[in-house]
Amino acid sequence: MTLNLFYFLSFLGVLSALLVVFSKNPVHSVLYLIITFFVIAAHYVLLNAQFLAIVHIIVYAGAIMVLFLYVIMLLNLNQEAEPHKTNLIRFAATISSGLLLIILVGSLKGTDQMIAQTSSPVEVGLVKSLGRVLFKEFLLPFEISSVLLLAAMVGAVMLGKPDHIKK
Amino acid sequence: MMSIFIFKVILVVAVFAISLFMAAYSTYAERKVAAFMQDRIGPDRAGPFGLLQPLADGLKLFMKEEIIPSVSNKFLFVLGPCLFMITALMTGVVIPWGDSLTFGGVEYKLQITDINIGILYVFGVVSIGVYGIMIGGWASNNKFSLLGAIRASAQMISYEIAMGFSIITLVMMTGTLSLKEISVFQSGGIDGHWNFWNVVYQPFSFLIFIICAFAECNRAPFDLPECETELVGGYHTEFSSMKLGLYLFAEYINMFISSAIISTLFFGGYNFPFMHDLGLDANIITILGTIALFTKIIFFIFFFMWIRWTIPRFRYDQLMNLGWKGLLPLSILNLVITGAVILYFNK
Repeated sequence: MTLNLFYFLSFLGVLSALLVVFSKNPVHSVLYLIITFFVIAAHYVLLNAQFLAIVHIIVYAGAIMVLFLYVIMLLNLNQEAEPHKTNLIRFAATISSGLLLIILVGSLKGTDQMIAQTSSPVEVGLVKSLGRVLFKEFLLPFEISSVLLLAAMVGAVMLGKPDHIKK
Repeated sequence: MMSIFIFKVILVVAVFAISLFMAAYSTYAERKVAAFMQDRIGPDRAGPFGLLQPLADGLKLFMKEEIIPSVSNKFLFVLGPCLFMITALMTGVVIPWGDSLTFGGVEYKLQITDINIGILYVFGVVSIGVYGIMIGGWASNNKFSLLGAIRASAQMISYEIAMGFSIITLVMMTGTLSLKEISVFQSGGIDGHWNFWNVVYQPFSFLIFIICAFAECNRAPFDLPECETELVGGYHTEFSSMKLGLYLFAEYINMFISSAIISTLFFGGYNFPFMHDLGLDANIITILGTIALFTKIIFFIFFFMWIRWTIPRFRYDQLMNLGWKGLLPLSILNLVITGAVILYFNK
């Protein structure tokens, strides 16, 4: 049952991810991307990580994708207004996404050993166990990532106030 | 086991029916409250006291001609109102509508499902609700609709943050995300356990939460997405017939659900004062508790209407200033103070 569900969700995830890339209309792309995020959240539920699943939906589907949709609707992109891409840009995009693919494949290489390490899969996704792990074992990386987010926020505020910088 | 399954199915249908019923009669109540505030009579033609008015309105909306703009994306145009309605109806499953009834040794909980991330589920559904407005507004291919949709999305994202912060203080106090456990935490009685409602401990959280609830429901004074003096009809300008009906109706369901959540989080949910001291049968107390919950919900629905007919609409920059510069810093301050107090008393 769980395995069939996993295959179904994976199929749905890959299909919607492909549709993100292949659909002509940018708004449709964003909507397919939202479906992809929901499928990923469903995968989290399959792994007993309900908290991660719902946070994933709130943050990605509920906030980030709304802003994506917001910007794309405001720009009102269509095929006539599409910016012209030179061959150099296409070449650079191909190389950089190829490099990303190599990194992803490389990071998947060591997963065989990782499965043996997870001990109690039922408890792993609950808020309490997640909080304990975050604030005990991974406190430093957690705080550093929050500083990173703060820096990004300050940067965005500075960019949003151009006349303030001139003075 | 089977009886519990059948009970859950009945409960799902009942919550669905009650949500629709409350929404339908909220439209009637809104017009009666408006009439009362403006010294008019209000609807009184359909049935005694105009009580059949919601049915007449529904029938009217169904009989209207259905218009889909030829330049719009038809699938998304239909999807928009459906999505808005579905997300409005989805939140009811985690709200505890009462304690538990016991028949023949089997306990029936008056809550469809008690998931351990109850509040976050509500937030997730609310944050998805904005897609109904955005997709509908964009698919209309109309400048006013698009502006309304964009306003709605910016407003909802801005107020979700302050709303989340105001809930975190409650989560810190109760140590749980489950709405049922938060209700139990507020259960009051004389002997041994004196628990006040959360609004006594967290008045600022309640204030911030209810202001944000007004903004999330697109209710006046924050109904900028459908501001008729600037945007014709806002995001539903191009919608007609029952598709418009779904948008209007879902707004009232949202109001009902947010009243239920405010009652559950801050006003004790199904608990009423001295409920354990009456010496009554547990089943009767449960039924009385459900009645108490619905009394609170109806009061908050009235409160929503009261505000709508009292305070004029905000300007959009005022709305954004209030959200980002007023409510967000206040809620963070409240969070810090709550944390400090909990740490000090080692609660």
